[in-house]
Amino acid sequence: MALDPSFVGRSYPPTEPYAVGREKIREFADAIGADEPAYRDPAVAAALGHPDVIAPPTFPVVVTMAANQALIDDPALGLDYSRVVHGDQRFAYVRPVRAGDRLVCVSTVEEIMSRGGHDFLTTRTEVATDAGERVVTVWSRLVVRGEG
Amino acid sequence: MHVGQDLAPQTYRVTRADLVRYAGASGDFNPIHWNDRTAVAVGLPGVIAHGMFTMALAARAVTAWAGDPGAVIEYGVRFTKPVVVPDDDHGAEVVVAGVVRAVDEGVAQIDLTVTCSGEKVLAQARAKIRL
Repeated sequence: MALDPSFVGRSYPPTEPYAVGREKIREFADAIGADEPAYRDPAVAAALGHPDVIAPPTFPVVVTMAANQALIDDPALGLDYSRVVHGDQRFAYVRPVRAGDRLVCVSTVEEIMSRGGHDFLTTRTEVATDAGERVVTVWSRLVVRGEG
Repeated sequence: MHVGQDLAPQTYRVTRADLVRYAGASGDFNPIHWNDRTAVAVGLPGVIAHGMFTMALAARAVTAWAGDPGAVIEYGVRFTKPVVVPDDDHGAEVVVAGVVRAVDEGVAQIDLTVTCSGEKVLAQARAKIRL
């Protein structure tokens, strides 16, 4: 196996807070073609019970991908990024991300395994506000394709 | 929503311009999503959509069916086949179908079938929404 299995269970220090802004949410919603007013209009979001505009369900990857970079770049892990494809992705939400959130990520290596000549790396990222309110848990599984 | 209910399939067109826009908005600038030379060099048939872009399109179908963009409480997929996006004005077409698998205590579980050119591009694609 190319990946160091001793990384399982390892956690990385909390990231600096990511300040979620209305315009970033709008940009992301535009990019995926999602025209729901709750992504753009605070009054519509308020009518649905949210203190500010909310973000589309997959928006948290904007924050978690950056949070996992320290792990991916760690030379001791032995991950060849040019051979990586995205295997699985999962979100469990406490509530939608919204404008005004200051999000802090803590990533943990949940699983490393080898099967059929490929290596699999599963990370779990706990996303919370800097006040400690849990927002979403994000799992990501990367597949490192074997050589040949 | 009731168990066994088929949810109206949603069709989304994906062009190269969409991939460029998504790269910028998401921060994922992997060249296999915009550069044919790189995509072919790593063994792909050509530029492919970001898996997370396809997942975002499938989530659009889920929130459309739910009628509330904040209703999703769980959402997961496995990426099985790439969505190849040709360099033309037509692009690729992603079709998202859904069926209600379970309804329990105000939560519906939806199983998604996501295809491109008739082939499944996601597997184990499931969402739970608060009703």
